[in-house]
Amino acid sequence: MRRLLIKGGRVLDPAENVDAVLDVLVEDDRVSAVGVDLSAEAEVLDASGLLVCPGFIDMHVHLRDPGEEYKEDMASGTRAAARGGFTAIACMPNTQPVIDNRALVEALLRKTQNMGCVRVYPICALSKGQKGEELAELADMRQAGAVAASDDGHPVQNGQLMRLALDYLRPFDMPVINHAEDKSLTEGAVMHEGSVSTLLGLRGMPAEAEELMVARDLMLARLTGGRLHIPHVSTKGAVELIAAYKSQGFKVTCEVAPHHLLLTDKIVRETWYDTNTKVNPPLRSLEHVEALHQAIKEGVIDAIASDHAPHHQDDKLVEYDYAAFGISGLETSVGLMARRLVHEGSLSWADLIRLYSLHPARILNVEGGSLAQGVRADITIIAPELEGTVTAQAFASKGRNTPFEGWKFKGAPWGTVVGGDVVMWEGRLTGGNKVT
Amino acid sequence: MKLASRHVLDLETMPAEDMKNILDTAESMKEILGRSIKKVPTLRGKSLCTLFYEPSTRTRASFELAAKYMSADSISIATATSSIKKGETLLDTARTIEAMGVDMIIMRHPVSGSSHFLSRHVKGAVINAGDGMHAHPTQGLLDMFTMRQHLGRLEGLKVTIVGDALHSRVARSNMWGLIKMGAQVCMAAPSTLLPLDLGDLDVKVYDRLEPALEGADVVNVLRLQLERQKRGLFPSAREYSQFYGVNQERLKLASPDVLVMHPGPMNRGVEISTEVADAPMSTIDEQVTNGVAVRMALLYLLLGGADE
Repeated sequence: MRRLLIKGGRVLDPAENVDAVLDVLVEDDRVSAVGVDLSAEAEVLDASGLLVCPGFIDMHVHLRDPGEEYKEDMASGTRAAARGGFTAIACMPNTQPVIDNRALVEALLRKTQNMGCVRVYPICALSKGQKGEELAELADMRQAGAVAASDDGHPVQNGQLMRLALDYLRPFDMPVINHAEDKSLTEGAVMHEGSVSTLLGLRGMPAEAEELMVARDLMLARLTGGRLHIPHVSTKGAVELIAAYKSQGFKVTCEVAPHHLLLTDKIVRETWYDTNTKVNPPLRSLEHVEALHQAIKEGVIDAIASDHAPHHQDDKLVEYDYAAFGISGLETSVGLMARRLVHEGSLSWADLIRLYSLHPARILNVEGGSLAQGVRADITIIAPELEGTVTAQAFASKGRNTPFEGWKFKGAPWGTVVGGDVVMWEGRLTGGNKVT
Repeated sequence: MKLASRHVLDLETMPAEDMKNILDTAESMKEILGRSIKKVPTLRGKSLCTLFYEPSTRTRASFELAAKYMSADSISIATATSSIKKGETLLDTARTIEAMGVDMIIMRHPVSGSSHFLSRHVKGAVINAGDGMHAHPTQGLLDMFTMRQHLGRLEGLKVTIVGDALHSRVARSNMWGLIKMGAQVCMAAPSTLLPLDLGDLDVKVYDRLEPALEGADVVNVLRLQLERQKRGLFPSAREYSQFYGVNQERLKLASPDVLVMHPGPMNRGVEISTEVADAPMSTIDEQVTNGVAVRMALLYLLLGGADE
């Protein structure tokens, strides 16, 4: 039996209401005890001064594998996740081919077992080929291990298809995730529509393009009773709509991406069209960013997810209109959010852990979010006061596309334990693989 | 006196004293254009390349003649818009040109921000000859030069820009330049063609033409891109002309000495009537001449003539 003893850390487990300096004993892939001064013949990790948390889950990741391995692949993407403090990620199906049938879900899971160093939960396509025409075999893929259905990258424009997906998946308790964008309002658009886009001469996406679709999807969730999850919420109107539906008791959840909390559209002008600022949904104006912070405080936002979208330099070192959308976010998420939301904001560490661990686990209906005795030993360890600087060159991800180069973080991932395996420690990958 | 930047990318980032310097220098360049032998040896041994990713008649010819009149060597590369994405990247093309020893790249490109992007990756100078909807700084400068020659000043002038300012780099460069030089800028167009949000910039925006023309010292008419109609931004050229076309009747609202300008090419009978375009108050041909003078001034100031 393999034993791992994590000694002397501040164990923070909001699900179990635990916040105390305790030891955590892991036997094989399970937590066997959490208590004071545990001793065992075991590999020991000294966690004094560190936060020991249930494993963080980034529920919105583009792994690019299969098909675009030059941007990211299973190995590099999961290493980036481990380095970023995540024990698990959910990956989007807009690969080549699109993950839209059981065989592809199974192939992805096999690849995870062979090459992944954190847990990977596949999100399957909602429609065949992500074409937005007819439902994919969603229940079959659910059975094979898919955790949610999404045409991410290809927002569902057809209301009837969205209705059918929500309705059909209700008995399978599988969330539908829809990138909320009315494409008829965003043709050729590359940033947020407002004074900055006007002055730069770039086509803008109005906030309303997102809000209209959020409103539609909420109404369809109400109509069907299906489970809706709204990814990367970025506008004031969208969070207001979500808050209103939540207060009426509807089954809706949402996530926000760190870049939407940290940057405004002004950065596009300040950097004179740096394509690392190009992302969809776009970086919004200040009133929207402030509304997102307010929504986090009020508990309207359920999760933080990076929308990790790694790209090769060839896809970014081009004219703004031609550049790919997306930010490589796995390795900056926790450090930047800890600084902004905990050290400089009003969130507690427990609040942050809910957003990164407990809530994503619940939304995806996967094991995790707790460190109670007997649970799977997926553990994230944070150095709460550690300060440093974002350096894209140090990323494990192949995608170095970040607008946060040189930014200061405070509070950073220190250790990642997946199923009892230490895959990252002292901020460095150990080369270990998870046990599956 | 050198310019603050080795590049000319837009008028937003150009200091007002640089604009004034360029306009002053252009006065003496215009004198050269009036000579029977229009050639000075000032830029002998310098070379430049015009790199145009969009069609152009006057801007490109203007730059190339400006270079020849100053004795610089120029080459031109035209890239069909349709092959941009398939073929060589902009940076590779630019590096290739630089590797041949070119001192300056003058680029026109359909994507906003391309000149800023290019300027970060080349050793030589970059002049923006129009990037998407963003900027056309030499057009802004030549328009201001023309106004100043006729009216003696820029400060305090009421300049009304008529037409599709939403999509117009000419409008943006006029706006930034004129604001910095102390003019009052107005814009008039159908509301679907007006800039969405100019933030806290001091620009008066009108969705009807008549109030914008009242007392105007200069009316700068923009070309109406007829393809905008296909995207539904206005119902028809006929209706546009009926409500927003600049004609003699409407110009009675403007100052009696009003100048009428147009960057070309014109749609006669749509945004501007032929009677107005060919009237004495029109500076349209003169703008073209001034364009050469202003570009000669820029080449002189950027390619090291100024430090001799």
